[in-house]
Amino acid sequence: MPEPVVTPELVKEHGLNKEEHARIKKILGREPNFTELGVFSVMWSEHCSYKNSIRLLKTLPREGKHLLAKAGEENAGAVDIGDGLAVVFKIESHNHPSAVEPYQGAATGVGGILRDIFTMGARPIASLNSLRFGSLENDRVRYLVDGVVRGIGDYGNSFGVPTVGGEVYFDEAYTGNPLINAMAVGLMKTDGIVSATTGGIGNPIFIVGSSTGRDGIHGATFASAELSEENEAKRSNVQVGDPFTEKLLLEATLDIIKEDLVVGIQDMGAAGITCCSAEMSAKGETGIELDLKDVPLRENGMTPYEILLSESQERMMVCAKKGCEQRIIEIFEKWDLHSKIIGHVTDDGLFRVKLNGKTVSEIPSQVLALGGETPEYTRETKRPAYMDELGKLDLNKISLDIDWNDALLKLMAAPNICYKGWVFEQYDSTIRTNTAIGPGSDAAVLRIRKTNKALAMVTDCNGRYCYLNPKLGAMHAVAESARNIACSGGKGSAITNCLNFGNPYDPEIYYCFAEAVAGMGEACLEFETPVTGGNVSFYNEDPNHAVFPSPVIGMIGLVEDLKDITTSWFKNEGDEIYLLGTTKEELGASEYLSVIHGQKRGAIPELDLSVEHNLHKTILKMIQTGLISSAHDCSDGGFSVAIAESCIGNREHMIGASVELPSDGLRTDALLFGESASRIVISSPAGKAIELEKAAAEFNTPIIKIGTVGGSKLKVNDFIDSDLSDVGEAFYESLQKLVERV
Amino acid sequence: MKFGVVTFPGSNGDYDSYTAAKFVLGKETVFLWHKSASLEGADVIILPGGFSYGDYLRSGAIARFSPIMKSVIAFAQSGGIVIGFCNGFQVLMESGLLPGALMRNSHLRFRHRFVYLKTENHNTPFTNMIPEGKTIKVPIAHGDGNFYNFQADVDELEKNSKVIFRYSDMNGKITNEANPNGSLNNIAGISNREGNVLGMMPHPERAVESILGSDDGLLVFDSMVNYLVNKPAKSA
Repeated sequence: MPEPVVTPELVKEHGLNKEEHARIKKILGREPNFTELGVFSVMWSEHCSYKNSIRLLKTLPREGKHLLAKAGEENAGAVDIGDGLAVVFKIESHNHPSAVEPYQGAATGVGGILRDIFTMGARPIASLNSLRFGSLENDRVRYLVDGVVRGIGDYGNSFGVPTVGGEVYFDEAYTGNPLINAMAVGLMKTDGIVSATTGGIGNPIFIVGSSTGRDGIHGATFASAELSEENEAKRSNVQVGDPFTEKLLLEATLDIIKEDLVVGIQDMGAAGITCCSAEMSAKGETGIELDLKDVPLRENGMTPYEILLSESQERMMVCAKKGCEQRIIEIFEKWDLHSKIIGHVTDDGLFRVKLNGKTVSEIPSQVLALGGETPEYTRETKRPAYMDELGKLDLNKISLDIDWNDALLKLMAAPNICYKGWVFEQYDSTIRTNTAIGPGSDAAVLRIRKTNKALAMVTDCNGRYCYLNPKLGAMHAVAESARNIACSGGKGSAITNCLNFGNPYDPEIYYCFAEAVAGMGEACLEFETPVTGGNVSFYNEDPNHAVFPSPVIGMIGLVEDLKDITTSWFKNEGDEIYLLGTTKEELGASEYLSVIHGQKRGAIPELDLSVEHNLHKTILKMIQTGLISSAHDCSDGGFSVAIAESCIGNREHMIGASVELPSDGLRTDALLFGESASRIVISSPAGKAIELEKAAAEFNTPIIKIGTVGGSKLKVNDFIDSDLSDVGEAFYESLQKLVERV
Repeated sequence: MKFGVVTFPGSNGDYDSYTAAKFVLGKETVFLWHKSASLEGADVIILPGGFSYGDYLRSGAIARFSPIMKSVIAFAQSGGIVIGFCNGFQVLMESGLLPGALMRNSHLRFRHRFVYLKTENHNTPFTNMIPEGKTIKVPIAHGDGNFYNFQADVDELEKNSKVIFRYSDMNGKITNEANPNGSLNNIAGISNREGNVLGMMPHPERAVESILGSDDGLLVFDSMVNYLVNKPAKSA
C-alpha cells in the first residue's frame, strides 16, 4: 500500500503548524515522508516536547545536595535518603484517556508511572492518585468515578504495589474533563541508578515485554488537543493495560539490572518506540538504527508508521552491553516475556529506521528529544477578567443565622471532606508489608526496611484556590503538602508536580499557568523541596470551559525515626488540645462558603511562607521530643472539621473533645470554618504545656491551649455540641451514598 | 524447620510470606519456582497471595497446572502442612485440595480493609497458639473471596469443625456487618478433612509487626512452628 503524500493539510492534521513544518523541511533538507511526519508529530506534540511550558519549568528550583537525578534528567527524580538508599518518584497525568475510557485510561496511567520507576532500577514501594471529577449529581461523572477507581485498583492490586494515598476532589469545573494523576514511589540503592540512555557504538538495542499492536497510536497527539464530542470516537487511541505482564516485566527488568547487563533502559510510554529511540540516543549523544522487521507484532500488515507510533503498553527499550545478549534473553524467557534485538547504537547522531534493510525514516535524534532542539515557545499571558469579579466577597451578605451543628454535619458529609473509604478500600494498601500509615491520615507513611527511618508521601492541590488566585493557590498546595508531612513526623525532601491546565494558546489560561509555576517555585525554595520533575497536561477543557488550573503537588518527606510517625486522630482521654497558628477572618474560597452558601468566590487565605515553614519546624520539634499524641492540620472546612476528624479518625475508637476558641472578635463562621493557613490541631498528654510553649516560642509559632480530649461529643464554645455518632455517620457513610445512589 | 513459598507468575504476596517466615519468625525460608517440581525439603508450603497468571480466567484456575502443584498436592496428601493465603486459597480450591468455590465479592468490588477473625477450632496446626476468645486483626485484599458451597457440604464442614476462621466483629460476634464479601456463614478460612491443609482469604502474613497495624497474624505462624516442633515423629 503506498504511503499518503505529505500535503500541508496532512501536516495540519498531525497537529504541526506552518512554522514547524518549515523547520522540519529545513532540518531534513527535504519534505518529510509520511512516517517521518508521524515521528515529528508525536515528538513535537505538547505531551512529548513541553514546547509551551519548558521555558517556565526551567525557572523552578531544581537544585539540592540530596538530589541524585534532577528534573528532566531521567525517567523520574531521585533523592538520596541516607543509608545508601535513594527514593525515585514521579507523578503523571492520564486525563484524556480516562475521560473517554475511564477504566483503561486510569489503569494505564498507573502502569506507565510504575514503569518510569522500575526502569531506573527501583522497586516500586507505593502508589498514590490525585483525582478530580465533576459533581456526583451527574450520571456520567459517577460512571467515570467508578471506572477510574476500578482501573487504578485492578492495575495496582494485581501488579502488587500498595496504593497508599492521594486525594479525590469534586467540582463542576471537572465535569467533562476529569483529572487523573498517578504517582509512584520506588526505593533502590544509590549506586544502582540506571539511566535512559544509549552508549557504546554497536551495542544492541532490545525491545522487551509485550508485542506491539495498533493500540494507542497518536496517544500523545490526542493528549495535546482539547476534548470534543469526536474524542468519543478516539477510544482506540486509548491503550489497554495488562498488569500481569507488567509484574513479570518488573521482575525481569530488575534481574537484568542486578546482573549489570545494561547501558540504559527507557519505558515505552507516549510515542512508543519513537520516543525511546530519540530520547535515549539524544541523551547518549549517539545515533540509533532499528530494523522494524524484528519487532514482535500483534497483528499483520502494520506499517512502519504504526509500529513507530504504537503505544501498546508494558514494553521497554533496553540498550544492552555487548556480549550480554544471551543472558538477557534467558532472563526474559524465565519470565515468559519477549526480548528481541531490533537495532544497535551508531555514531552518526541519527535516528534511522529500516524495514527489511530499506530506510523508511532518518532524522537527527537531537531535534526530536526534549532537552535537545525541539521547539520552545513563550506564550502570551493576560490576567483573566473573572478574577477581579470573583475575588470580591461582601461578608455582610453572608448570613450568620446558621445552625452550626447542622453546618458541621453537612461539611463532614460533603464530597470534598467526607471519608474516601469507598475509593481507597478498592486499593490494596498493605501489600509488601511496609505501610505504617495508609490512606486517611495527613500523609501516608511507609517504613524503610533495615533502617529506622520512614518515608512520608502526599499529594495536594486545591483547584478552587488556584482558580481564584493561581500563584497563591500553588503556594498553598506546596505548603499543605509540607504541612501534612510535618504532621506525620517527617520533613519534606522534594516534590514532583503534575500541572493540569487548559489550552495554552489562550492567554488567560497561560497567565494562570505562569502564575502557578511562579508560586510553586517560591514555595519550594522556602521549604527546601526542589522540583524533581513531573508532567504538564494542557488542553484540559470540555466544550464549555477549561478545568480549574490544577497544579498538583506530590511530595515525599523523610521521617528520621520510626517513633516519630504520628497520626491525626486523638488517642487518650484527658490529653490536652492546642491550636498552633493564627485564625483570621478568612472565609473566601472556603468549603464552608461553597457547601453552605453555594458561593465559590472571595480572596483565598493569605500565606506567609516563613510563618508556615516555622510551623513545620515547630511541629517536628514537638514530635521529635515526644510531646504530642496527635497532629492534624486545618485545611478544607477549617478548624471545626479538623478537630472533628481528629475525634473520629480512628473509627474503632472515636473519642470526643471539648474546646473553647478565643473568638477575638471574629465572625463565628470564620472562627469555626474559615480556612486560614498555617494551623495545626495537636493533642498532648497533660503536663506538657511548658515544653510545648517553649518549642513554639523557639520558632515564633502562636500556640493556645483550647481544651481536652474525652467523652463522646464534640463541643466547640457554645456553637457546636454534636454526638460523635452523628459526626461519624455523616463522615463515613456519605461517599458511598453519593456514588452508588444507595 | 524450613518454609517454602511458591512463586507463580503474578504472585505478589510471595515476598510478604517470605519475609514473615524468614525475618520476623527467623526460620529458614526458600522461594519455590512454579516451573520446578522440587519442594526443596520444606516442612511448610505457603501458597501466597497475588494474581497468578493475572487471574484473567478464574482466580487460581491456571496456577493449579503449574509443575510445582503436582508436588504440592502429593506433599499435602502425605500429610504435609500446606497453607494458602488469598490467591493461595483460590489455588488450593482449584486444585481440589479444599472444597467449595470463591466467588466474586457480593458487592462486586475489590475490598481491602482490616478485619477481625474468630478462630473456630484451636486444635489445628495453624491455630494452636491463638488464645481462646481472642479475635485476630488481619487485612483482607481481594475481589473474589465470597465463599460458597452446597448446603450439605457446608454442613459437613461445620459438623467436622473444618471451618477454622470466621469474619467477626472485634469481640468475636458473627454479624452481617463483619462479613466483608458475602461468604456463607461468614467463612474466612477452612481446612481439609485431615486438617493439614488450610486456605484463608485474609492475610496473616501482612500482620506480623505492630508498626503494620497488627501483629496478630504471627500467631498463625507460631502455631505452625509449635505444631511441627511437637508433632509425633513420623513412623519410618
